[in-house]
Amino acid sequence: MIDSMEKHVEVTGKKDTRSGFGEGLHELGKINANVVALCADLTGSLKMNAFENDFPERFFQVGIAEANMMGIAAGMTVGGKIPYTGTFANFSTGRVYDQIRQSIAYSQKNVKICASHAGLTLGEDGATHQILEDIGMMKMLPNMAVIVPCDFNQTKQATIAIADHDGPVYLRFGRPSVPIFTPADKKFEIGKADIILEGADVSIIACGHLVWKAIEAAQQLAEQGIDAEVINMHTIKPLDEAAILATATKTGCVVTAEEHMLNGGLGDSVAQVLARHLPTPQEYVGVNDSFGESGTPDELMAKYGIDTKDVIEAAKRVIGRKK
Amino acid sequence: MEIKELERIASQTRRDIVRMVAAVNSGHPGGSLGCTDFLTVLYNHVMKHTPSPFSMDGIGEDVFYLSNGHISPVWYSTLARCGYFPVAELGTFRKLGGRLQGHPSTDKGLPGIRAASGSLGQGLSMAIGTAETKKLNGDKSLVYTLHGDGELQEGQIWEAAMYAAAKKIDNVIATIDFNGRQIDGDVDDVLSLGNLKQKWQAFGWEVLEMDGHNMQELIDTLSKAKSMTGQGKPICIMMTTEMGQGVDFMVGSHKWHGVAPNEEQLADALSQLEETLGDY
Repeated sequence: MIDSMEKHVEVTGKKDTRSGFGEGLHELGKINANVVALCADLTGSLKMNAFENDFPERFFQVGIAEANMMGIAAGMTVGGKIPYTGTFANFSTGRVYDQIRQSIAYSQKNVKICASHAGLTLGEDGATHQILEDIGMMKMLPNMAVIVPCDFNQTKQATIAIADHDGPVYLRFGRPSVPIFTPADKKFEIGKADIILEGADVSIIACGHLVWKAIEAAQQLAEQGIDAEVINMHTIKPLDEAAILATATKTGCVVTAEEHMLNGGLGDSVAQVLARHLPTPQEYVGVNDSFGESGTPDELMAKYGIDTKDVIEAAKRVIGRKK
Repeated sequence: MEIKELERIASQTRRDIVRMVAAVNSGHPGGSLGCTDFLTVLYNHVMKHTPSPFSMDGIGEDVFYLSNGHISPVWYSTLARCGYFPVAELGTFRKLGGRLQGHPSTDKGLPGIRAASGSLGQGLSMAIGTAETKKLNGDKSLVYTLHGDGELQEGQIWEAAMYAAAKKIDNVIATIDFNGRQIDGDVDDVLSLGNLKQKWQAFGWEVLEMDGHNMQELIDTLSKAKSMTGQGKPICIMMTTEMGQGVDFMVGSHKWHGVAPNEEQLADALSQLEETLGDY
């Protein structure tokens, strides 16, 4: 039997990840004079008000015109600025895919695309706004880094860290208030996964809001005698292949968990690494080829199969597949 | 620069264009020939720029974006003839491993190019962004763009047009290649732009007009446009051109938008264009 106390993770509060972005951006405004911010009429929703108030000359309200925003951001890099665009994830990706593809990714422009209200947990607004394809679209673009932090602290740190990364970045975060469990002062390292909990029986590799669900799952699995490892794979691209191979070697089976379509998400990226280097049983927690709908975030996560119980079930299934 | 010298450069650029597209049996000669006089004047008489060493940031320099990227042959020739890269490299146009991609790109490191273009409608936003950065940097130099008239059917152009006027982007000069043609035929038949001058004016832009094949008028109008910068309004120049200008069997027809001349046609075209600076 394992001691479930070993699966303790210290929670220091509860907040939305978008507020982490807002604080990180404000902090950056103070320390990096080249950082500029653009918003398409969602300043409050993106928590960009503090930056706007303190650095009005570096804040650009572009109105409801996301394609133009992406182009302006790309153009602003010529002359040394580091633009951060802010709008909902849907309008940050699908609506402007070609602008990002040509003017930012192919043109190698140092733009940080910051996307809030990603996934089902946007909630009541419904499927028009609940994008579940964005990680896939963005990770397919050459030159693009894709980052999905797990809590307020990490989103703040990631927002600050990407200013020092020379190249386009897609930073994805969300609306609901979720537990804060990463240290406030932990510097964000692009492409370096965090081991949140160590375990020997199964590896749960998660990103974004599903990292907390994975922790809850590991705690409940421990009570049932199953020792789960939880990896926070906050960077989908460039992917920490070494961390994936190390944990898969250790446990012999993997669950991936994400607030995204199964097609094109974190799970796909992990599966590619395993298929090439270390074929390992893998189960997926994600949305299965479906649009969302209106509801509360909790209701939606339960209905669409991305809740704690889904991670637990997937872990048990994949353990059963180990040779 | 003397008009006579500008005309000599333009003639050589037209030769470069037809030779480049003929060599690979692909590319866009029509719009390239139509914009040759404009780009010749812009790069050799109007813009303040440093071909070498090329600076991506373009601080203290005028910056140009080609939004209708398919007319890359005229831009490549203009850049090469200005000294951005060796003229001989024009022979690599559209060839595997080369820097002169079918549509302009930055990823092969070709000096003079600051953004990829080809998917239409994106260059004005890009130019506005650079113009905003120039304002932040206290850099008084200007940003120029060129657009096709058919390209104005893209919605992003009008998002950008609205922004530029609302935010007083008065360091951008956007030129429209108004040749009235697009791939499927006349612009008026495909999707009429209506009264384009009034549209730009209604969007809050200063609008000038010029004949794109009259060197003196190009110089005078661009000079006037420059004198109007810094006064709170973006500037648009509607430039009338003929697609295929300079080659009698190409002029004025949309059929040469994206078709290369064959060997016989190439010889005919070259017989109409004086070799002034030496072929590449």
